[in-house]
Amino acid sequence: MSYTRKLLAGAILATGLTATSAITASAAECIAPADPGGGWDFTCRTVGRLLTELGLEEGSVQVTNMPGGVGAVAFANVAGKRADDGDVLVATSTVGVTQIAQGKYPGGIDVMRWVGMLGTDVGVIVVPADSEYETVDDLLNTLKADPTSVPVAGSSGAGGWDHIRLLMLADEAGMDDDAYKAIRWVQFDGGSPAVTQMLGGQVGAVSTDLGEIAGFVESGDIRIIAALSDDPIPAFPDAPTAKAQGYDVTGYNWRGFYTGGDVSDAEYQAWVEELKSLFDTAEWKEAAEANGLITVWRGGEAFEAYVAEQAKQMEDISRSIGVIQ
Amino acid sequence: MDILNSLIGGIAVAVTPLNLALAVFGCFAGTLIGALPGLGPVNGVAILIPVAFAMKLEPSSALIMLSCIYYGCMYGGRISSIMLNIPGDEPAIMTTLDGYPMARRGQAAKALGISAVASFVGATVATLGLTFFAPLLAKAAIHFGPADYFALYVMAFATIGGVTGVNPFKTLLAAMIGLLLASVGLDPGTGTARFTFGSFHLYDGFDPIVAIVGLFAVSEIIMYFESHALSGAGPVKLGRTLPRLREVFEGFGASIRGALIGFVCGVLPGAGASLGAFVSYSTEKQLNDKNGTFGTGDPRGIAAPEAGNNAASGGALIPMLTLGVPGSGTTAVMLALLVSLNIQPGPLLFERQPDLVWGLIAALYLANVVLLLLNIPMVGIFTRLLSLPQWFLMPVVVMVSFIGIYSISHSTFDLFVMIGFGLLGYALRKFDISLVPVVLGLLLGADMENNLRRALSISGGDFNILLQSPIALAIYAFTALMLAFSFGIAMRRRGPRSAK
Repeated sequence: MSYTRKLLAGAILATGLTATSAITASAAECIAPADPGGGWDFTCRTVGRLLTELGLEEGSVQVTNMPGGVGAVAFANVAGKRADDGDVLVATSTVGVTQIAQGKYPGGIDVMRWVGMLGTDVGVIVVPADSEYETVDDLLNTLKADPTSVPVAGSSGAGGWDHIRLLMLADEAGMDDDAYKAIRWVQFDGGSPAVTQMLGGQVGAVSTDLGEIAGFVESGDIRIIAALSDDPIPAFPDAPTAKAQGYDVTGYNWRGFYTGGDVSDAEYQAWVEELKSLFDTAEWKEAAEANGLITVWRGGEAFEAYVAEQAKQMEDISRSIGVIQ
Repeated sequence: MDILNSLIGGIAVAVTPLNLALAVFGCFAGTLIGALPGLGPVNGVAILIPVAFAMKLEPSSALIMLSCIYYGCMYGGRISSIMLNIPGDEPAIMTTLDGYPMARRGQAAKALGISAVASFVGATVATLGLTFFAPLLAKAAIHFGPADYFALYVMAFATIGGVTGVNPFKTLLAAMIGLLLASVGLDPGTGTARFTFGSFHLYDGFDPIVAIVGLFAVSEIIMYFESHALSGAGPVKLGRTLPRLREVFEGFGASIRGALIGFVCGVLPGAGASLGAFVSYSTEKQLNDKNGTFGTGDPRGIAAPEAGNNAASGGALIPMLTLGVPGSGTTAVMLALLVSLNIQPGPLLFERQPDLVWGLIAALYLANVVLLLLNIPMVGIFTRLLSLPQWFLMPVVVMVSFIGIYSISHSTFDLFVMIGFGLLGYALRKFDISLVPVVLGLLLGADMENNLRRALSISGGDFNILLQSPIALAIYAFTALMLAFSFGIAMRRRGPRSAK
């Protein structure tokens, strides 16, 4: 009998472990539309943890991973089954809006209510420390002379946000559509793999978010030749912005949340206020900075308008580079 | 000496009564989670991160408990491979080839004992490598480009025909099916959907663990339904419930060889534990299968892949810690764990947070010893499992798998995919086609394709890039040598037999 009991105990333990998060949860749930370990997962887990620790939520916020289709599965799930569930937040970012703008989600931005953003990662163009490209001019002039001369890498596929940010610069540099489509773009599974491959001499430059690769800038392995932000990045005040070099391009990757389209105004406002309270704490600033984010708040209607504008902009860019027809 | 001092400091932190208790709990729970098909480090670590926070553990204590779970899962994956012919996780797939036949012969305890020792050897080699050479190896790994990774995968697939023995053509067919299944999903280079039939659920392709549970566990149940009216394979002979001490060291040499090969695969961030186990097994077979005993329960066929996958899992921590590049899904979970403890892996980690790094390394040594001590007596529990009636055991296993899979993805779609794979597995078994190459194709195919595509993006479509790197050329040369050598062995083996 003892072995049966042990087996059953094992099975119960395992099921218990998988169910633990449900038992201790508060009503609030944060859906991370990706596997554990990515940026959206981090957004949910950090925000969920802080909401509990700061007493803004009673009990722990349940984090649900719902990976698939770069967020499309979670989007479809909320739109279809939980459109009026005021307890749910879904983590998203500029990457999600890019997908929506390119028609890769089942629905447009108006299907959801956009709650707010708490911070943003900044796009950068980086090169190895010993690279011949001193400024972003050097890189863009080389690409202008021969678009195929320098392979550039990033964490998204062709047409993704990392690629688009590079093409926005190329566009601003006066390259025409055909020329900048010829730029060799190499996709890796994240910013760090792209940078290590660049250090191994496989590609000449990387266009991606700063957060994940900040360590390589600090260690002196790589240099930022263009920060795609309005103002210099606080952590690296000496890194020149693209704007300061005469290219009017910014490329943020904000982190924020949406909720279902039929959520009541009262519940929607409650979320906006709760996230604003979180944003105002020192704890959030600390957690955000530790992960390379700049803290920026947009919430409620202002955020809705911002997302709508960004989606429109993204759609135009995608069309002009031929990602969508 | 700095290293040794730091390590001793780390061990001093690890060996407090609370931490030891957490380590034992982590190892035990990890082994169990790893042993259950469908449940793996992703569930174990991801789900326990909030529990660690809820218990208000110190970062070092949380790190010790969770890394014990991580290593425990690596140990546990082998158990269901050996006992049930169902891999507990992806890297444990090669262990089914010799582990299950040995268990069927009534030597389950021996197989579990050998694999426990091999796991220990593999994990220890990797942890030693991590302790002494981490920054150096990370620098070397950087020079591996997409063309070189592609060569590595070519080597793996070139040797696949010999892996499951019986009929090389059926093996190749199975690998092709796996590669075909690997092409489902969003094309990573361009974001174009392939073979998804408009369903968002297929955008990320088939999750290998879903495929494994379906192919092995669900199809086993279908087979059982069918054979139940007939007599079926009959119960497995129980034999001894604990291994003899002498037995568990059989295949020790293979463990060492497997550990070294696995470690190299682990250090390369584009390779990982599944490839490590596979290359360890196939190299061992190509070089040492002089009597054709591989696939029938050869101790070396258990020791090599087990040492290989544990060494690779440990080796994968090197690029993860020093570069912030997770080599596989399981190291991605470790990365998430570190980030949630406010530890930023990357080139400055060893300088900035030495206490935590050495605490982690000390925790890994501790986990290893605890796991070995825990796993030998646990062999007794697991061998008794075999005497449970199949009609009880298999449904319970499948039920737990369903819960495990659902708890990762929260998608009922995955459960249907799993059943679909069960039907596919049943059909393949009927045609006597091995399931292992199908899973290998699915597991390794996507990475092989991605690296080919990356190489071609860099060169602008020029295939010459594949032959321009000295590393790739060396890998191709090694592959050719290994194939020639194994043909040589096969000829010699066939010689006397055909002379009869």
